[in-house]
Amino acid sequence: MKKDLLGIGDLTRDEIYRVLDTAVAMREIGERPIKKVPTLRGKTVVNLFYEASTRTRTSFEIAEKRLSADTLNIAVSTSSVQKGETLADTAMNLEAMSPDMIVLRHASSGACHLLSRICKSRIINAGDGMHEHPTQALLDAFTIRQHKKTIEGLKVAIVGDLLHSRVLRSNVLLLTKLGAEVWVSGPPTLVPRGIQQRVKVSTSVEAAIADADVIMMLRIQQERMQGAYFPSLREYFQLFGMTRERVRLARPDVIIMHPGPMNRGVEIASDVADGPHSVILEQVANGVAVRMAVLYLLAGGVEDEAAA
Amino acid sequence: MPIVMDGDRIARTLTRIAHEILERSKGLDDLALVGIQRRGVPLARRIAGIIKKIHETDGPPAGHAGTGDLLIGELDITLYRDDFQRHRASAQPMVGRTDIPFSIDDKRILLVDDVLYTGRTIRAALDALIEFGRPNSIHLAVLVDRGHRELPIKADYVGKNLPTSRSQSIQVRLVETDGRDEVEIQG
Repeated sequence: MKKDLLGIGDLTRDEIYRVLDTAVAMREIGERPIKKVPTLRGKTVVNLFYEASTRTRTSFEIAEKRLSADTLNIAVSTSSVQKGETLADTAMNLEAMSPDMIVLRHASSGACHLLSRICKSRIINAGDGMHEHPTQALLDAFTIRQHKKTIEGLKVAIVGDLLHSRVLRSNVLLLTKLGAEVWVSGPPTLVPRGIQQRVKVSTSVEAAIADADVIMMLRIQQERMQGAYFPSLREYFQLFGMTRERVRLARPDVIIMHPGPMNRGVEIASDVADGPHSVILEQVANGVAVRMAVLYLLAGGVEDEAAA
Repeated sequence: MPIVMDGDRIARTLTRIAHEILERSKGLDDLALVGIQRRGVPLARRIAGIIKKIHETDGPPAGHAGTGDLLIGELDITLYRDDFQRHRASAQPMVGRTDIPFSIDDKRILLVDDVLYTGRTIRAALDALIEFGRPNSIHLAVLVDRGHRELPIKADYVGKNLPTSRSQSIQVRLVETDGRDEVEIQG
């Protein structure tokens, strides 16, 4: 592994499999009576979250604690950022207290790359703007592998707000790297330009999910939308919402995924989210194991110049 | 490079260890074997298999019932190593499977590994094991003891004492993990 985990784009196939294999062992720790190993004892991890997050921040924090790291969370609403400090200044001040790793969530694409250049600490991207969310894609791959054994050759349909989704970007990079056939579907206004070079694009959700092994739903990110991309949420649900009727078009053993937070009745019907095909809560459980694997693999002692 | 134990020798050694375990442990009721990844695991399974066979032929020891089936667990100690910070970032050791499908509380645990050397692996295994509960006792069985201890650790059952120099390495190969049974000294 390199010094930092900035995106799936930087990982080789072998590195991806290494994370997924390590996560299998990490999952078992969560099933023990004492859910803790001493591996990262004495390491300090700062969770620096500039955007709202429940799942990812909690998941990272539990993962860090299970590996015995000292963790601290900086909620930006109560920090000096409110007084006008820039990201670079905040980072350099944190760096002066020599943490070993910084987990960063930020609304700007590339924020993690900026930190990676100015910090000696290892940087883990917990979502940067519309760019990448690598640990989400890794936990999605882990969940798919758990159910389907392999990722190669599967048909994976990703449906929803493609334009604003860092989860989409990381997943497309990862799934195509591991040999899945990826289809995406969403309103034409929400399809990023150039995506057809990597995946099959269809504005018909029915075509995208036909005989799919995996359906991944994406949230409509209204907080990132400036302007009207579609007439109404009700119409969106009519055209793209995942309903029981639509699920029948996929393979009988299809799994339905959602990175959360989900908007019931917008991109996914409640009876699908809670239905037999849904693995949404398993994704959350697997998130801890996958993040433990990433923390472990990045936390090696001696700096490796060749890989850095 | 010299082969110091072949398949036949390994089989006879494990049979002897199994007999010693039976003799010393007086009943199998609360005895459980825990193999240390990777090669301690197949060794633990083999010893358990031999004990069961002896049990079937000779009957249970006087005053004890039971089928001769022993509890078997697998333990990976990677996350408990003390040299974690010495590895290059790109060469983190792979974490193996830990699977102890029973409560170790009040059990007599027999740890099983292939080679006993510095004792650091066993130190890590003790730390790992104790987090699963409070066993009645923990004993240690190894196929090869090559000396050079760096910690006050001693095996209770030793297949073969093998004097070595630190520059040499001992390679244990088992059918389950390597396709054949042998112990080789290299260097």
